Amino acid sequence: MITYAIRRLLLIIPTLIIITAIVFLIVRFVPGSVIDLIQAEMAQASGTGVFDRAAVERELGLDVPIYVQYGRWMGFLPFPEKGFSGVLQGDLGTSIRSHQSVTEELLRRLPVTIELGLLAMLFGALVSLPVGVFSAIRQDTIGDYLGRTVAIIGISLPAFWVGTLVMLYPSIWWGWSPPMALISFTENPIGNLGMFIIPAMITGLALAGASMRMTRTMMLEVLRQDYIRTAWSKGLSERMVIARHALKNALIPVVTIVGLQLPLLVGGAVIVEQIFCLPGIGRLMLTAINQRDYPMVSGLNLFIAGFVLVVNLAVDLTYGFLDPRVRYK
Amino acid sequence: MAYGVTDSLGGTIVKLKRYPFVLDLLRRLVKEKPMGTFGGALVLILLLSGVFADLLAPYGMNEVHLVDRLLPPSPQYVLGTDQLGRDLLSNIIYGARISVIIGLSCACCATLISIAIGAVSGLIGGKFDMAVQRFVDACMCIPTLLLTITIMSLVGKGMPQVIAVISITMGIAGSRVIRSAVIGIKENTYVEAAYALGCSTWRLLVRHILPNILAPVIINFTLIVGQAIMIEASLSFLGFGVPPGVPSWGSMLSAGGRQFMERAPQLALYPGLALALTVYGINMFGDALRDLMDPRLRGGVGRYKRVEKMIKKTN
Repeated sequence: MITYAIRRLLLIIPTLIIITAIVFLIVRFVPGSVIDLIQAEMAQASGTGVFDRAAVERELGLDVPIYVQYGRWMGFLPFPEKGFSGVLQGDLGTSIRSHQSVTEELLRRLPVTIELGLLAMLFGALVSLPVGVFSAIRQDTIGDYLGRTVAIIGISLPAFWVGTLVMLYPSIWWGWSPPMALISFTENPIGNLGMFIIPAMITGLALAGASMRMTRTMMLEVLRQDYIRTAWSKGLSERMVIARHALKNALIPVVTIVGLQLPLLVGGAVIVEQIFCLPGIGRLMLTAINQRDYPMVSGLNLFIAGFVLVVNLAVDLTYGFLDPRVRYK
Repeated sequence: MAYGVTDSLGGTIVKLKRYPFVLDLLRRLVKEKPMGTFGGALVLILLLSGVFADLLAPYGMNEVHLVDRLLPPSPQYVLGTDQLGRDLLSNIIYGARISVIIGLSCACCATLISIAIGAVSGLIGGKFDMAVQRFVDACMCIPTLLLTITIMSLVGKGMPQVIAVISITMGIAGSRVIRSAVIGIKENTYVEAAYALGCSTWRLLVRHILPNILAPVIINFTLIVGQAIMIEASLSFLGFGVPPGVPSWGSMLSAGGRQFMERAPQLALYPGLALALTVYGINMFGDALRDLMDPRLRGGVGRYKRVEKMIKKTN
């Protein structure tokens, strides 16, 4: 197990370095230089006025070659006044608009998105696992077809459509409008959950669909095994066979699937947070992109990508722990 | 050539009709998979709406009737009008055309990219494969929507940009599947034999590997069509997708703005319904296709059943 864990950890390091390079380079190498965009915006806003390109470049740190910029952002090379201040020191940059630390803003908004994500995954698991198992046990019956149809409907419903309808129709029919300000969990747990439950259900719907199909597939595979046939021939009831023998083995790959859904979860969170006005990371990212706040965009992208990478690692290690066959490949 | 079941003396008991591959697929689809057929019908409706949009739509694209704003459904405007007086049904039909264009072109480009990265990486193997896989891992860690939004905000709105960005991200993600398929094929003896005969890598790829990974490629293709349409709709909803003049189901859901939708909720209902039905149809059809193609191509569970049935019938 230790060698497996060390092997996986070593594989992460080059991936992490490549992620930082990609996130860094996207903003700089995609056509449409940042400075031109800012110049166009300032021209639109103020009309006249001298645009001191050199000053803007110096302020944004763009007056040095690219590898120096990368080194400064990562924390390898020092800034002229500040000294070492980069990703390795925990400083993801400073927002151009609010002039606050990116890390600070991020940490302030993180709990909201984490709560949304956890609730979505909980809802997804609660719905998908029983339905997937039921679908597998009653294969090719009406129950199975119903389960599979519901699963595919779950994947096909666009989150922004359902979210918009959920916001729209209650306000038309009953004049109800969701709370705009965040209700903290510590002050009012019920209100807080009430605010999160609908966005979580919408985000969790797509996850539920995919997990349902995976659970069904894995359950079917396990049910064909010999040890299950032994259990049947011993005379065990259906409940004993499923619960004691089949379920454990079928659920292991589902752990992987749930872990791998994380990027989808983040993407879905962006849309849902925008519709329901939840002050989370997704909304922060969208605002930053709209405001052309590129240090914030880079910092957020890096954080999210790194988070996904770490979760993938955790899922891999858990899978290796639960299923010994994986470790010795 | 007698194709069928023979008795011990070499005479033919039963002759099987050999159907061409595509027709056989369609026959099995309709017979064994009713939901897949329903999905396929939805996909066909989408395709036809896209291709014949000019003929089907009662009004022109972006045709404005400022007098008739925000009307409910009526015989004149079948699904009502939006805040500029454009007929909703026509907008939806033209949106279908955009979705078809984007879905199919993104799927084609993405499949090409997947094959280029996955097949080459899988075939060459070794250090090159490891390096490319680290790169693919890194790209897959950044959530697709965030990556596409970031890039679209930098390159600006436009159809070619949307197609390029979605193709590249989906292509890199799909290369994993192609790579594992190629690695599976690589183990076969005929690949070793071709290599021993001095086959160049390119020829090996095109003549030997590619025809045998057709099944995963086609399945991947159908999956990408659905995902591309969804991603484009999400991008347009957030304001980073197609340019303002182009009708897209995603932008129809956000363009109205809350106050217009409260007066005319059908503006939010129908475009999203069209999108959901489309993606649902594509997913069902792709699922059915995968069920039909994957195990059967490996050799004959379906065929043995047919032979059994025919033997039973003649006896």
